[in-house]
Amino acid sequence: MKFTLSWLKEHLDTTATLDEILYALTDLGLEVEEVSDPAAKLSGFTLAKVTHAEKHPDADKLRVCTVQTDEGEKQIVCGAPNAREGITVVLCKPGDYVPGIDVTLSVGNIRGVESHGMMASERELELSEEHDGIIELPSGEVGQEFTDWLTEHDPAKVDPVIDIAITPNRPDALGVRGIALDLSARGLGTMKPAKTAKVAGAFASSIGVRIDTDARDGGCAVFAGRLIRGVKNGPSPEWLQTRLRAIGLRPISALVDITNFFTYDRNRPLHVFDADKVKGDLRIHRAKGGEVMTALDDKDYTLAEGMVVISDDTGVESIAGIMGGAATGCTEETVNVFLEAALWDTIQIAKTGRALKINSDARYRNERGIDPAYNMQAIEDAAQMILDLCGGEASEVVVAGEVPDVARAYKLDTDRVQSLVGMDIPADEQRRTLTALGFVIEGDMAHVPSWRGDVQGSADLVEEVARVASLTKLEGRPLARGTDGIPAPILSRAQVRESAARRMAASLGYNECVTYSFIDQASAALFGGGTDATMLENPISSEMSHMRPSVLAGLLQAAARNQSRGFHDLALFEVGPAFSGGEPDDQQVQISGILVGRTGPRDVHGEMRSVDLYDAKADAEAVLSAIGAPAKVQILRGADAWWHPGRHGKLCLGPKKVLGVFGELHPKVLAEMGVKGPVVGFTIYPAEVPLPKKKSATRPALAIRDLQAVERDFAFVVDTDVEALTLVNAAAGVDKVLIENVHVFDEFTGETAEAQMGAGKKSIAVTVRLQPVDKTLKEADIEAVSAKIVEKVAKATGGTLRG
Amino acid sequence: MDDLRDKYIAAIAAASDEAALEEIRIAAVGKKGEVALKMRELGKMTPEERQSVGPKLNALKDEINTALTAKKSALSDAALDARLATEWLDVTLPSRGRPQGTVHPVSQVTEEISAIFANLGFAVAEGPQIENDFYNFDALNIPPHHPARQEFDTFYMHRAEGDDRPPHVLRTHTSPVQIRAMEKSGAPIRVIAPGRVYRSDYDQTHTPMFHQVEGLAIGKDISMANLKWVLEEFFAAFFEIDGIKTRFRASHFPFTEPSAEVDIQCSWVDGQLRIGEGDGWMEVLGSGMVHPKVLQAAGVDPDTWQGFAFGMGIDRLAMLKYGIPDLRAFFDSDLRWLRHYGFSCLNQPTLHGGLSR
Repeated sequence: MKFTLSWLKEHLDTTATLDEILYALTDLGLEVEEVSDPAAKLSGFTLAKVTHAEKHPDADKLRVCTVQTDEGEKQIVCGAPNAREGITVVLCKPGDYVPGIDVTLSVGNIRGVESHGMMASERELELSEEHDGIIELPSGEVGQEFTDWLTEHDPAKVDPVIDIAITPNRPDALGVRGIALDLSARGLGTMKPAKTAKVAGAFASSIGVRIDTDARDGGCAVFAGRLIRGVKNGPSPEWLQTRLRAIGLRPISALVDITNFFTYDRNRPLHVFDADKVKGDLRIHRAKGGEVMTALDDKDYTLAEGMVVISDDTGVESIAGIMGGAATGCTEETVNVFLEAALWDTIQIAKTGRALKINSDARYRNERGIDPAYNMQAIEDAAQMILDLCGGEASEVVVAGEVPDVARAYKLDTDRVQSLVGMDIPADEQRRTLTALGFVIEGDMAHVPSWRGDVQGSADLVEEVARVASLTKLEGRPLARGTDGIPAPILSRAQVRESAARRMAASLGYNECVTYSFIDQASAALFGGGTDATMLENPISSEMSHMRPSVLAGLLQAAARNQSRGFHDLALFEVGPAFSGGEPDDQQVQISGILVGRTGPRDVHGEMRSVDLYDAKADAEAVLSAIGAPAKVQILRGADAWWHPGRHGKLCLGPKKVLGVFGELHPKVLAEMGVKGPVVGFTIYPAEVPLPKKKSATRPALAIRDLQAVERDFAFVVDTDVEALTLVNAAAGVDKVLIENVHVFDEFTGETAEAQMGAGKKSIAVTVRLQPVDKTLKEADIEAVSAKIVEKVAKATGGTLRG
Repeated sequence: MDDLRDKYIAAIAAASDEAALEEIRIAAVGKKGEVALKMRELGKMTPEERQSVGPKLNALKDEINTALTAKKSALSDAALDARLATEWLDVTLPSRGRPQGTVHPVSQVTEEISAIFANLGFAVAEGPQIENDFYNFDALNIPPHHPARQEFDTFYMHRAEGDDRPPHVLRTHTSPVQIRAMEKSGAPIRVIAPGRVYRSDYDQTHTPMFHQVEGLAIGKDISMANLKWVLEEFFAAFFEIDGIKTRFRASHFPFTEPSAEVDIQCSWVDGQLRIGEGDGWMEVLGSGMVHPKVLQAAGVDPDTWQGFAFGMGIDRLAMLKYGIPDLRAFFDSDLRWLRHYGFSCLNQPTLHGGLSR
């Protein structure tokens, strides 16, 4: 909302400085976004008088002037045709910055004559485009500040323009008068009385108005109009044009400018029809759907069923409260004008405006709410202004519908202000504030002014009192602790786990990423998503159209971006949400990491190698361990299609309880996402990891056996598709007390192995550690266990001891 | 006997390796060595002679043995020194690689914020990011078609044909967690709710996803003055600057009343922002007293309970504290950025150990 200081002063009698007003506006909740003060760039320029002028000895078009200034007589060379003895001019001295030519002056020498400054034209001071000669002032004293002279004689030229942000609850501040009222309540001046006119109707309006039944509810409460005939439309007077231009509006014609004036002056949108182009009466009704109207912005709008419009006998002439039609718009030739002041349903305006994508000043105000009580006065005030500026004769007012009664009152509990805000504001002051804002206090009830539709309860009264009193003055007061003593931990188990997983992954060398929750459809589809259920209705781009089904997708995109920047060895992870569907419950936390490229740069120790799935497995196990997963898990195959079918494992507690997956990413997925592989990675589902049943800090007692442990190695020949874990579990199961550990230390596989052991065979070697509990093992005991291990492994895997 | 001693001590001193030393040992104190032979002769002596010679022989045996041990150890030390002298390595070669991971600034700052508010008794609440419009709007006193809804640049989820429910939204703020938290545990309550939020906006200073932290404190007599104190305490702790000033400006949010935007003290020196000094102000958050309608919507009686709520940008706090210039880079995962602005895994923020190191 833009306005000028002089416009504000039309409503507010104040001696406050611009800075005081700006501070108060922001502090009141009318946040100042921008101020342009034309006086700022003119400060320092003073008036001077030319006492003598003669032709430059060496140039026909230049004059050498003697100028009386506040610093005595100066010699100035000037090329302006009007530079002559006796005129009062605006002086720019050496050292001054002249905005219109972007030059800081210095003492010049023009064809052999010294020049001590310049006399400015309007263009040189950015006052107008005028540059035919230097400024000649009709009055003014030598040495007077030019800005002071302007303030006195031509205030519009130094009128500061203020732009404030209006929160949706304050449509009243979309009119300059409403802003003035806030400032007056703050004590920055007193309100000038509103100009109220009463224009007697000289004849009956030839245009009638009516509201169809279907448009009364949620459409139009009241529609008032009157015909003004014999007007002369043309450019509006200079003061009005200047005012509109200052706030960025283009003056069009007197009639249109008057409606714009009311829009900004009183938050009162109006409309003017060229009455000669209206056929028959005006009817407010709901559109059937499909009607097309060309609006004042020269665009065609196709109306949807139910939109509220104004029609004459030939069809739709206005999108009510939003934008009028071009066919009945006023032009310079308009002589008979029909003035409209109506009250539209805010929701209906918002819906229609949004559907048609029209952002007009009228829509902006009508959807936020204008003052209903002003409707009938507005048509008088606007008619008066038309008569004043355009002449003519006004008809009686025609009205359809009724001005709604918005009278209401709420209890003002002055103690509540104290308790809620925590500021000492005396009860009298609270009542004074509300009265100043237009409330009427009766006992402890505050009657709400008609223009404050936002005030809907006692709490709103507190807000009014507090903001006028100034929240800047609020002093902090310690918040009592919720409990005495040492605060208890506040994080949930899940939150602790996320933090632990994050720090574990970082400790393993992964860099944490935060990638967008939405990705492109194709990438989403690669990870089992990309369906309509997770689609955004209004994505910001096609790259961000679907909620991601997996954190891995975002990490792979991050990997591709880094590869294109020349970084090929990557360890990235993210702890974040993934979305299995489009409902609030369909969100799960995933912890995913990827390893790309090599384990590190080439090194002198020869340790660099390509990352492989056992790296990912180790990291997955470490992260699972960090979040408290059981050490013993099953490893199953058959995870989702984005994993390499033969090179992944699901870390499970039973076939349906998948804690996480590790493995190599499917090469096809990598190719489609533009990642140079291979890439290994993991995804952990922390919600699947069971919480410990009982929370106790006590550890089980440590059992250390003093008896000598014995290790025995076994090498088995098995089929190549036998999994090591099957063999290990078989061996370990032989004697769960005695066998402490079974550890795979070698796998011999490939062509050489098959050459030795037969086609389709490999060898797996394990160390079995036996820890006796109550007596030292004798060779016979060891032999017995060994025999059982061989037997069990043979039974479980078909393997035989390698000879 | 002295001859014997001199002979062997000299021989031991002259021995050049362990084998020579062993030969000397056998010749001197071995079972058939010279000292042993002398010992045998003791039997043939008179008791008096035996009394004087015996101890001398024993002393001689001990002396030779000691000399042998000392020489043996000297020889092995010399051998070790000689070996070590050949075992020279270039210690300036690079060490074995130890990958250094990092924690993202958003995670780090979220933990910092949690640590501070935990001290004031605030728990951490969570809520879904795909939200229904009741929690994101209606319950927060933003009715349908209210202009305030338009100001959020909301992302809507697609609705299948025939599903007539209002479309779900990507939560535009963390405020819906207020409602969910109060529904779950009623009043009194103190929670913060950090997390991702979404708005359809992308330019120099906006990304369609960013992070907010909501704060909510409801009690019997919690006032806006308490809010101011809590925020001032928070900023002092977070920015690690004592006495940092805040300024409250009246504003409007549908879910609070009165509402205030809050600025923190700052100054610009040579184009660099300095928090907590000077007389400039920077807007950092929106806040206010929870609107009675919001309490009602969450099942909390507004005649009994009152309190404050606030919401601020986590990414923005991270940028201000750690001097990170560009919001968009937060979500780009550029390895150079992650390494430069990320945090060590061991740098877990605590109040007793300090938030930043």
